[in-house]
Amino acid sequence: MKLGRWLSDHWVMGAGVLVLAYLFLPIAVVVGLSFNEPSSRLSYDFNEFTLDNWTNPCGPGDMCDAVVRSVQIGFLATVVATALGTLMAFALVRHRFRGRGATNLLIFLPMATPEVVMGSSLLALFVAGGVPLGFWTVVIAHVMFCVSFVVVTVKARLSGLDGRLEEAAMDLYASELQTFRKVTLPLVFPGIVAAALLAFSLSFDDFIITNFNSGTTVTFPMYVWGAAQRGIPPQVNVIGTAMFLIALLLVLSTSVRRRRAA
Amino acid sequence: MSVLAHLPAETPAQQTRRGHSRLLPYLLLLPGGLWLTVFFAVPAVQLAATSLYDPSGSLQEGYAMTWEFGNYADALSAYWPHFVRSLVYAGIATLLCLLLGYPLAYAIAQKATRFKNLMLVCVIAPFFTSFLVRTLAWKTILSDNGFVVGLLRDVGILGSDGRLLATSVAVVLGLTYNFLPFMVLPLYASLDRLDGRLLEAANDLYASPVRAFAKVTLPLSMPGVVAGTLLTFIPAAGDYINAELLGTPNQYMIGNVIDSAFLVRLDYPQAAALSFILMAIILAMVFVYVRRAGTDEVL
Repeated sequence: MKLGRWLSDHWVMGAGVLVLAYLFLPIAVVVGLSFNEPSSRLSYDFNEFTLDNWTNPCGPGDMCDAVVRSVQIGFLATVVATALGTLMAFALVRHRFRGRGATNLLIFLPMATPEVVMGSSLLALFVAGGVPLGFWTVVIAHVMFCVSFVVVTVKARLSGLDGRLEEAAMDLYASELQTFRKVTLPLVFPGIVAAALLAFSLSFDDFIITNFNSGTTVTFPMYVWGAAQRGIPPQVNVIGTAMFLIALLLVLSTSVRRRRAA
Repeated sequence: MSVLAHLPAETPAQQTRRGHSRLLPYLLLLPGGLWLTVFFAVPAVQLAATSLYDPSGSLQEGYAMTWEFGNYADALSAYWPHFVRSLVYAGIATLLCLLLGYPLAYAIAQKATRFKNLMLVCVIAPFFTSFLVRTLAWKTILSDNGFVVGLLRDVGILGSDGRLLATSVAVVLGLTYNFLPFMVLPLYASLDRLDGRLLEAANDLYASPVRAFAKVTLPLSMPGVVAGTLLTFIPAAGDYINAELLGTPNQYMIGNVIDSAFLVRLDYPQAAALSFILMAIILAMVFVYVRRAGTDEVL
């Protein structure tokens, strides 16, 4: 009786936790495999515990180069996409102008288009224009698909702002520029940071569009893809685990700081 | 992404407050708009043109524009099974995401009082490790010597030499896994705004929990359901990583075909035609679906 009552109260939570476990299972496997000594190059099964992968993360030749290149591309693409997207979000939320519908469509379509289509059409453009494929074409492509996500994220933050705060600043004789710097920007900043983090993770993790536009440049996802055909070095899981830990630390530190500030 | 469904309309006051400079909005839009036009819209138009080139040309010799609408018929007749497979896999994966994602989103929004942020971090945590590395981890989980296959064989769901890897089940499972967060986040956003007093009111009026869910919770969360299914279905239909890593050529989706048409076979006109058919199918389905679901809030 009591059990039945408890179950009916908590089954949703139980189901939710089970689904979370499904989401976490592969991550646990990645962490586990980072300590694995595979029996052969093409084996994906657990074999033997070892710390070798962690003490020698850059063992497989060009993997670390690929990671560094992915970070560089991610950084450049994030800076440009965040700047462009934030400006667009301000225009869309704070201004009335002709062509708003067309602009919204131009921002929405890249999010609704399958990556294969975007990647392939950009490739056709570069090929037709005789642009050599490589590092910079990847950056261009990443900025392109990140901008829309930045716009949407910053826009959400911006339209949730209490406009009266800015009116108050103006009433207190702050100039428009001062109001922007002292009131608007600090309030929107968390949205911009969230957008930048999103852009970086989209860029760092992108495979499909990169695969079309990279020429001979190898990013980390492309390295993993290539390695999956030849036999995957266990160090790939070390990088996966390390990325997970770094991102987790980032998220936790910002939430702790926010709690302290509150 | 989650916010896609919930952008509040700007109030006229907000818009006019700074509306005095007519040029400013265009200046703000110019760099981003130009980037999207040059690197998204123009290529899309050019892709449309490419799809009508004479297929007998080649990259080296160049293609002649002959308005070859036959490219579309050829592409469809050669690869319609891949289109069907992509839509079926993506459809099943989206349905599974909805079935798995709804309880999770509901639990986070309505039940997880203290652990809300922790659970939200857990939902986006998979994004922190690489998409490809996580998909490869499924190879380990579903491996023939693995725990899951062993259990299913013992229970008798799988035959003694039955396997999961390199089957449609593995591909759909991978798609479901990879796009689940895209379902959970918009669902969470709409369920989080659900006013608990409405459910109390339903309860006071003698609605059973099931009826209250069907008549109150579900209709109010429809914008989240619509946004979530779109954000799951669109990338899943175009995906080819799961089919490549967890399946065999028998599970190849249309993305695999487009990828090899562009990068291996170098048949640009056909590849472009295939891309356009995929985009047209998806846009048509999105349009009908949004109409049916009756929410224009999505965009």
